Amino acid sequence: MATDANEAAHGAAKGAMEAAHGAESAGMPQLDFATFPNQIFWLVVTIVVIYLILSRVALPRIGSVLADRQSTITNDIAAAEELKLKAQEAEDAYNQALADARVEAQKIIAEAKAEIQADLDDATAKADAEIAAKAAESEKSIAAIRDGAMQSVTEVANDTAKEIVSALGHKADAKAIAAAVTERLKG
Amino acid sequence: MEGDIVQMGAYIGAGLACMGMGGAAVGVGNVAGNYLSGALRNPSAAAGQTATLFIGIAFAEALGIFSFLVALLLMFAV
Amino acid sequence: MATEAHGEETGLVFHPMDQFNVKPLFGDGAVHWYTPTNVTLWMAVTVLVIFLLLVVGTRGRAVIPTRVQSIAELAYGFVHKMVEDVTGKDGVKYFPYIMTLFMFIVFANFLGLIPMAFTTTSHIAVTAVLAMAVFLTVTVLGFVLNGTKFLGLFWVSSAPLPLRPVLALIEIISYFVRPVSHSIRLAGNMMAGHAVIKVFAGFAAIAAISPLSIAAITAMYGLEVLVSFIQAYVFTILTCVYLRDALHPSH
Repeated sequence: MATDANEAAHGAAKGAMEAAHGAESAGMPQLDFATFPNQIFWLVVTIVVIYLILSRVALPRIGSVLADRQSTITNDIAAAEELKLKAQEAEDAYNQALADARVEAQKIIAEAKAEIQADLDDATAKADAEIAAKAAESEKSIAAIRDGAMQSVTEVANDTAKEIVSALGHKADAKAIAAAVTERLKG
Repeated sequence: MEGDIVQMGAYIGAGLACMGMGGAAVGVGNVAGNYLSGALRNPSAAAGQTATLFIGIAFAEALGIFSFLVALLLMFAV
Repeated sequence: MATEAHGEETGLVFHPMDQFNVKPLFGDGAVHWYTPTNVTLWMAVTVLVIFLLLVVGTRGRAVIPTRVQSIAELAYGFVHKMVEDVTGKDGVKYFPYIMTLFMFIVFANFLGLIPMAFTTTSHIAVTAVLAMAVFLTVTVLGFVLNGTKFLGLFWVSSAPLPLRPVLALIEIISYFVRPVSHSIRLAGNMMAGHAVIKVFAGFAAIAAISPLSIAAITAMYGLEVLVSFIQAYVFTILTCVYLRDALHPSH
């Protein structure tokens, strides 16, 4: 349509030009209309051949290759996802085992501690009892010693008082002296 | 003699027609420069607009090619 | 003719457009529509390279791709994503068509960069056919899928009512300019780059500036590699954009 008109115009222009320049060949090969049918014919042949090659063979093949690759990649990604899940599970199990073991260890430690504590308590109680017995014994012997010492003090005081009284020239009455000494010691 | 004058006019005309290509150069530079400044402001939107960039460049350039064609026609076909 | 005349004066010979000549492969006869020419040769090479990359390269169907197979998959993914992003899910069924356009253009562009090669996409005839094919497909598809609703593309219902006829006129003009700009962009870019390289190559005849000339050719060559890919990309993505208009004409 539009191009037809254009071509017609060009043709007219070229005709005029050729008339003007006589036998001289046209300067622009692009406007040499004698070669147009040839170019257009071979172009159409080429385009049709390329179209057939592409639409029949090349494009379906490349498309299927790309689709295959896409599905392969998708499958691989799914497999990787699965493996990752498995690894996750394994890790969880491991963590669980670790936690269990830790709890077990805590229990054992607590038991051992309790046992040791009990032993310790026993030993402490025994030792305490022994110490208490020893202390009571010691108390008793100390009391005995003290009594003994008291006795001796009274005797010594009586003797001393009798000696002093006799030294002073009096006849010492043993009974009175003893009473007096006892009286004094009590006071 | 007359042919010489026609040829002279054609050459002068061809030279003048080439000035149109400068306009195309300005246009293409304008398109590319504005694209770049826009792309630097919003780099995330730049990738989607490369097709528009090339279409703009093509339209701007086609007009320069027209003037080139006019120059060639004057040189060789007139 | 013009450059040649100029070249005779300065001792330099420029033939920047000679590389685009369509010549018969065998003999020197006229170019009929069926004559095998250098166009035929380089289009055949393009087909061969695409076949090697996309069919032979992927024959292993390996899950872990070889280098060639990963390039093929990269191209597939690149275009597929482009179609899906721009046209949406329902555009994916036109993916083989768009992939054909992309592969043909990108390999024709790259093969054209081989020294002494012929760049098929530098010819208006070739790109115009490609662009018209896209234009007609989109227009027919738009009317078949949407009926008269497809005309809503030109009637901007979000604009104020008095402006709409003006906008409709502009939209219609821009719609019909589409195939023109679509084809001339690709052909012009290819032609311009190759012609500029040839002009720089012409300067290499002067010994004093030949190193500069070679450096300039190298730089232009690098730019052309980039441009080859970008133009293929732009052609493809514009096809997708036009296709989206056909599939979803409402703005």
